[in-house]
Amino acid sequence: MSRLKKVAELEQKRKEIVAGEKKETAAVAVCCGTGCSASGAVEVAEAFKKVLAGKAAEVPVKTRVTGCHGFCEQGPLVVIEKSNHEKEKARGETESTEKDAGRDEGSSLQLPGNLFYCRVKPGDVEEIVEKSVLESEVVERLLYSDPVTEERYYSEHEVPFYAHQERLIMGYNGMIEPDRIEDYLAVGGYKALRKILEENASPVEIIEEIKKSGLRGRGGGGFPTGQKWELCRKADGEQKYVICNADEGDPGCFQDRSILEGNPHLVLEGMIIAAYATGANKGYIYVRNEYPLALKNIMQATRQALEWGLLGEDILGSGFSFEVRISRGGGAFVCGEETALLSSIEGLTGEPNPRPRPPYPTAKGLFGMPTLINNVKTFAAVPLIISKGAEWHRAYGTGDSRGTMVFSLTGKVNNTGLVEVPMGMSLRELIYDIGGGIPGGRQFKAVQTGGPAGGCLPESMLDLPLDYEKLSEAGSIMGSGGMIVMDDATCMVDLAHYFLSFTVDESCGKCVPCREGGRQMLALLEKFICGQALEGDLHMIWELATAMQKSSLCALGKLAPNPVLTTLKYFEDEYRAHFEQWRCPAGVCRALISYSIDEEACNACGLCLKACSAGAISGVPDSTPLLEDELCTRCGACLDVCRHSAILVK
Amino acid sequence: MKEQVEKIVDKYRTEEIDLVAILHEINSSMRYLPKEALEVVSEELSIPLSRLYGMASFYRGFNLEPRGEHEIHVCLGTACHVRGGARILDRLSEKLGVGPGETTADQKFTLNRVNCVGACALGPLVVVDQRYHGRLDPLKAERLMEEYYEQA
Repeated sequence: MSRLKKVAELEQKRKEIVAGEKKETAAVAVCCGTGCSASGAVEVAEAFKKVLAGKAAEVPVKTRVTGCHGFCEQGPLVVIEKSNHEKEKARGETESTEKDAGRDEGSSLQLPGNLFYCRVKPGDVEEIVEKSVLESEVVERLLYSDPVTEERYYSEHEVPFYAHQERLIMGYNGMIEPDRIEDYLAVGGYKALRKILEENASPVEIIEEIKKSGLRGRGGGGFPTGQKWELCRKADGEQKYVICNADEGDPGCFQDRSILEGNPHLVLEGMIIAAYATGANKGYIYVRNEYPLALKNIMQATRQALEWGLLGEDILGSGFSFEVRISRGGGAFVCGEETALLSSIEGLTGEPNPRPRPPYPTAKGLFGMPTLINNVKTFAAVPLIISKGAEWHRAYGTGDSRGTMVFSLTGKVNNTGLVEVPMGMSLRELIYDIGGGIPGGRQFKAVQTGGPAGGCLPESMLDLPLDYEKLSEAGSIMGSGGMIVMDDATCMVDLAHYFLSFTVDESCGKCVPCREGGRQMLALLEKFICGQALEGDLHMIWELATAMQKSSLCALGKLAPNPVLTTLKYFEDEYRAHFEQWRCPAGVCRALISYSIDEEACNACGLCLKACSAGAISGVPDSTPLLEDELCTRCGACLDVCRHSAILVK
Repeated sequence: MKEQVEKIVDKYRTEEIDLVAILHEINSSMRYLPKEALEVVSEELSIPLSRLYGMASFYRGFNLEPRGEHEIHVCLGTACHVRGGARILDRLSEKLGVGPGETTADQKFTLNRVNCVGACALGPLVVVDQRYHGRLDPLKAERLMEEYYEQA
């Protein structure tokens, strides 16, 4: 491929690709994101390629190995497409403009157009091809079936998990092979870049459009994106940088990874537009060390964009130049903080800059030059805003929170996965309508939003709308979109301890409030866990937390007390039970619980006997085993193996 | 070793040197960062050895001791935590006789904890040499280790 030299050549190229695609009668999209791959999706994709290669003469069908479709719980996922309806919709070729029009049409397609199969195994592939690809039959057992109603659904749009979402960004993942720039072009990719170059748009116009769209930083801060771009554009500096922060370190968050893995060109296009608007000609993408596939895909995308003339010198003959380098993180959570990230790229230990701010990186950032740093999701929203308009984006969301947010819905919830919803949706809709509620008939207890720096919200706050301000008022944050659901078997003290030990572990140690405050607070929480806390410790925690919030250098230290404060605020009774009654109500804290065997429920199968590595369970065949409390380490191994709920934890 | 390290350094000798990338490449090709290798980098790029040591010890991705043949990462992300990830780490730690970050005496396994690998739907999970093993419990994880021993 030789570099494209004119904007018009890009459109020409796109038309050729689309014309080629229309010859295909069907496509099989296999989700090979990290989640599905871990469930064996790569083998499923290989099987499809092999079986379909043998049928190539009968029907030209393409196996598309795609990025994450979001519904990780049900992986490996396979979508059989018999029409190009979705892609045409993405390109804007269908007439329906109403938001829900596509959905209605989707379900009235002739079956089995766009069939959605889950938990597919390589052994199912032959049958799927014979029945659903070559013929028009459905393999019923592979359809998604609702765990409560047992109703079966044929297409993706009907499945409740997807039906309540607005997948503006994530929706493209299923239509694209991440390592094919052609696929991205075919669904309307690089259209926004084409538009600004064709119209010779001025940076001011672009920034105005972003401002009007209401887009705010999706990495956690929620700073208005347009305003940030403007600050960087107006800053003086002979060299400016645009950096994509893909150091997604919050435990329980994987949306940035899934976007980079599944649709790297979308992020790249957003960065190119940002560079054009701010006057930068160098960029970095800082990818978390633990994300090898994301790293590989974004590197490949950068190479392709360079080959095609969409990056590098004189992009599409416009005179505008921009080069991007990929930087791999070293495995330090604090590097997600922007000044620490800059230090890491500069080849230093990733510690936050001790200077008081301002100046912000937009004025004095990488190598002392003006630098724009945005999150993956922020850049991913940019091409859509430019090509579809600020008004289109504003139509989603509420108040000052516009557009959609991608959440990682995990923990004790039936439908784990990535969900993209308009801002302002309530927690209840997210957890129950999309997430399908709590598994195993247990009770909802709390939800942690915003990762380890966020807060825990109780059942009484389930109707809270998900927007930046409302979450902040409740003591939590939007953060980068983590959403961890907890049931009544989760101990809130243990959870606060878990989050705090994470931040203490990841504290770089530079400032005293974070380094020492964190440790001391952790020691206090340990007293609760061991049942040795005193009344005054509750107040001490509060005092320490306030000091950390006020005086830590960076957001890591300032936000670290959030989980402790919110659990204390909403679940004080549970804290009190730990020292007033020496009891852990959720049955988690080892020092405060004991195991026993329920003789009535036990059928003397002896599995617990084998599982116990502490030698605490003894017995003879056909009688209820004996559990010796003194030897028991409360490891829970017996609980895992018991099929009769005969192990009691009190 | 000197030549090998020099070659790696030369690959990254550009205007804005990516030091983290250099250390990554040495760390993965030699399974750790030997002192001698850091000395070569220090000399080649005129960077004090102390600064390189600072980086090597700051970032979790680098090792100052040789790693084992198989690398085990037990995920302790939030989703895995609420589903019992810590119990898996305890069990493996007990069985292998090493704590997190340590390598077994026979150089077979290095046990690590990781704060989320982003496959939360499959939690609790363990990653062995980049292969994900999901929906585990302590006993299943132990059996997994046994399989690796049997393979050898």
